[in-house]
Amino acid sequence: MAPSTVRSARKSRNPDLVRGVGKYSRSKMYHKRGLWAIKAKNGGVFPRHDAKPASPMAELQKPPKFYPADDVKKPLINKRKPKPTKLRASITPGTVLILLAGRFMGKRVVFLKQLSSGLLLVTGPFRINGVPLRRVNQSYVIATSTKVEISGVNLEKFDDCYFAKEVERKKKKGEGEFFEAEKEEKKAIPQQKKDDQKLVDDSLIKSIEGVPDLKSYLAARFSLKSGMKPHELVF
Amino acid sequence: SKIYRIAGQTDTASNTVLTPLVEIGRVALVNYGKEYGRLIVIVDVVDQNKALVDAPDMVRTQMNLNRLSLTDIKIDIKRVPKKKTFVKAMEAADVKNKWESSSWGRKLIVQKRRASLNDFDRFKIMLAKIKKAGIV
Repeated sequence: MAPSTVRSARKSRNPDLVRGVGKYSRSKMYHKRGLWAIKAKNGGVFPRHDAKPASPMAELQKPPKFYPADDVKKPLINKRKPKPTKLRASITPGTVLILLAGRFMGKRVVFLKQLSSGLLLVTGPFRINGVPLRRVNQSYVIATSTKVEISGVNLEKFDDCYFAKEVERKKKKGEGEFFEAEKEEKKAIPQQKKDDQKLVDDSLIKSIEGVPDLKSYLAARFSLKSGMKPHELVF
Repeated sequence: SKIYRIAGQTDTASNTVLTPLVEIGRVALVNYGKEYGRLIVIVDVVDQNKALVDAPDMVRTQMNLNRLSLTDIKIDIKRVPKKKTFVKAMEAADVKNKWESSSWGRKLIVQKRRASLNDFDRFKIMLAKIKKAGIV
C-alpha cells in the first residue's frame, strides 16, 4: 500500500470552460482548496516560513578580484557529438584502394580497418610497394572492387593513438648549436613499429601471393593514360 | 533523314550489297533513348517515320525509325503477330546466335566487356599484351 503522504500529480480542481476561463471563481476556489482550513489550523493566519539562513557556501564565495572591462557573452553550451565518418559501401576490409594524394599517390594499397577517428588504416604491404601501416582519409582514395583475404590478421592494437606524434622535449635554444642539433634529430623508426608492420604484412603477403599477378599489381602505381575516362572507368 | 528503299525497286548502283529494308520482320538495334542497345524486330509500319516494334521481353511500342539501326537479319512473321507466335518465330530464326556471331554483334560484345573491366583486369590485360608483344 502506497503511503498516504505520496501524492500523484494532481489535476487542477478548477476545470476549464474555455481556454483561460475556469469554472470556479476566486472565492469558490479559496473554499475548494481548503485555504480556510489551513488558516484555521494556523490560528487565523497563513503559515509563514522564516527566511533560510545564508548557506555556508555563499559565505565562502569572495567577490571577484577582477571584473572584465567589457561584458563578454558566454558562448552557448554545445553538447553535439560528431558521428563517426560513414564508410563507403565499396570499402570493406581487404579492399584494394588507390591512393590519390600525398607521398604515395597512385599506389595500390590494402585497406585494413577504419579507425575511431574515421581515417582508414592501410598497408602496402610494405615489402611489396613501400607503403607502411598508415592512416588515410576516405576522400583521397578510390576503392577498387578487388579484395584481398584479410581474415588472418590481428588489428586490435592499432588505433589513432598508435600514430600520434611523439611529444618533443623542450629544447634549450643555444644559438650556434641549434641548427646542428636539428640535423641529427632525424628519427629512426622504432623497432616495435617495424615488428608490427612485419606481423601484419606476413599473413597478407601469403594471401596475396595466392592470387596470380596480384603482387605485381600492388607493386605498380595507377595512372591515367590517354583515352581513359575516369567517369566511365569501372574500378 | 534517311531514305528507305522501297521493296521491289531495283538498285542501279550495286546489286550485290543491299542495304537493309524497313520491312516487317526486320531486326534492328535501338540507337537512342531508353531502350538503347536493345535488339528489336519491326512488326508493323505506322507511317513514313514510325514503326511498331517488338522484342521478346519488351512491351510492343512504336518507335521513330531514326532511333533504329537496321541489321541484315530478318525473321519470318506476318504483320503484327501475337506475342507467342512472335517469340516462336524469333527462336526459329535463331536471331540471338546470328547476331552474336555477326561482326557487328561481336564488336558490341567486346565493347561491353571492355567497359566493365576492373582496374585489376586492366592491369592483367596490360601484362598479357606486353607478353604477346614479346613473343612476336
